[in-house]
Amino acid sequence: MSQLEIRDLVAFYGDFQALFGISLHLDAGECIAIVGANGAGKSTLLRGITGLLPVAAESVRFEGAAIGSLPPHRIIARGIAMTPEGRRLFPSLSVEENLLMGAQCGRKGPWDLARIYGLFPGLAERKKSPATALSGGQQQMVAIGRALLANPTLLLCDEISLGLAPIVIRDLYAVFASIRGEGTSLVIVEQDVSRALSLADRVYCLQEGRVTLEGRPGDLSREQIRLAYFGT
Amino acid sequence: MEWIDTIVQGALLGGLYALFAAGLSLMFGVMRIVNIAHGDLIVFSSYLALVVVQSLGIGPFAALPLVAIGMFILGYVLQRGLLNFTLGSDVLPPLLVTFGLSIIIENGLQQVFSADPQRLPAGTIDTASLNLGGGLVVGWLAVIVFVTAVAVIAALELLLYRTAIGRAFRATSDDADTARLYGVDTRHIFAVATAISLAVVSVAGVLLAIRTTFDPSMGPARLIYAFEAVIIGGLGSLWGTLIGGVVLGIAQSVGIVLNPAWDLLAGHVVFLLVLVFRPRGLFPKLVD
Repeated sequence: MSQLEIRDLVAFYGDFQALFGISLHLDAGECIAIVGANGAGKSTLLRGITGLLPVAAESVRFEGAAIGSLPPHRIIARGIAMTPEGRRLFPSLSVEENLLMGAQCGRKGPWDLARIYGLFPGLAERKKSPATALSGGQQQMVAIGRALLANPTLLLCDEISLGLAPIVIRDLYAVFASIRGEGTSLVIVEQDVSRALSLADRVYCLQEGRVTLEGRPGDLSREQIRLAYFGT
Repeated sequence: MEWIDTIVQGALLGGLYALFAAGLSLMFGVMRIVNIAHGDLIVFSSYLALVVVQSLGIGPFAALPLVAIGMFILGYVLQRGLLNFTLGSDVLPPLLVTFGLSIIIENGLQQVFSADPQRLPAGTIDTASLNLGGGLVVGWLAVIVFVTAVAVIAALELLLYRTAIGRAFRATSDDADTARLYGVDTRHIFAVATAISLAVVSVAGVLLAIRTTFDPSMGPARLIYAFEAVIIGGLGSLWGTLIGGVVLGIAQSVGIVLNPAWDLLAGHVVFLLVLVFRPRGLFPKLVD
């Protein structure tokens, strides 16, 4: 049985339909990438999984239970955490307070503050600073650390590399090895296709709210991906 | 000497205004809603204290914990059962609903208790005074009110900056959607904020009722004082709110010395001056 199973997921913003029957699955410990252009529905899909956007209960199943209609605090309590697009740190909280917000749900597991500081040594010395005083890369580290402190079994990463320098992105992607080492499954949402393909076991391509391509990175040609990404 | 006396009395009065304002400030800070019924809830808690005092035959200070617990529960239920449904991207529904609530409370109190002024006698403490030397005499009650205000604000600061729930309050205030993503049940957090706000209101209401006579129609004026204290002090800063209350209290007592009809006017003039010259208040903290 898959850890995460999404079947015929539809989502609306008011009258506007953003997702038209998305189906995908993820096995425990697996890493999948979701790629697609702006407006393809990638972030909407993640909002649906995390409960920020209410969807039909049966359309999202996690570890055997239908979770589509649960509120976000019940979903994180089951072990799905997300680093949202644009990081969304809390500006009036310090670095450490931002990290501790992840622990708010009270899940036990391998991640605690000390391990996060071990993973991102630069954060320890800035822990009293306001989170928004950090560089973009360090802010993204806080966002990842905050999600890890929820001790998720499934981590969703929305556009981690957006707006960051290549060398910073490389460092951030390097920590995914430690994260996967704990058995955590990953969903990576990226516009940077080659970055996503290098990490993922399988990839889904989204276009205008539909899955247009699915497969293992090695089995897909660049032409196939280009077509699925842009259409035409 | 008369001036020092005036300023000291005004500053002590400011403690009461800070208590009026602290609860308002907390609700605004966490939920960004302005509770128009705040003043009427203060008066409501005065009447609640009156009922407790009369039915149990205890003094007002002994009644305060009971009133505070009652108002805490009322606040939770009010937020969960009513105000949560008014929250959204539109700022108007919470304003209209709390405005309606204000009218309902005022008229309900009038129906049950009549418009006659009431008072909570606290025994000898009412008239006991403290001689500070040099001809400066202050009432014990005024000192108790001020010390209570400082203690309540210090407790709220500790709650906001040293506890997990305070962290959740601030995170929710920053970005409610992301707070939800990290396991904050915002409906519950909002209800707790209103509950704490009304517990603070109950302290203000009981002290008000000991200090002076009260009647059902005095809520809106308390709301104005609370507003002015918050704005003078600067949004988002609780210690600023205390200072805002003190500034307002001093302005009113100086005004009354200049001309007995000028007390309220002087307070409003100082408030307007602050708005003109320091529109973000004296100690602004909230950035957005």
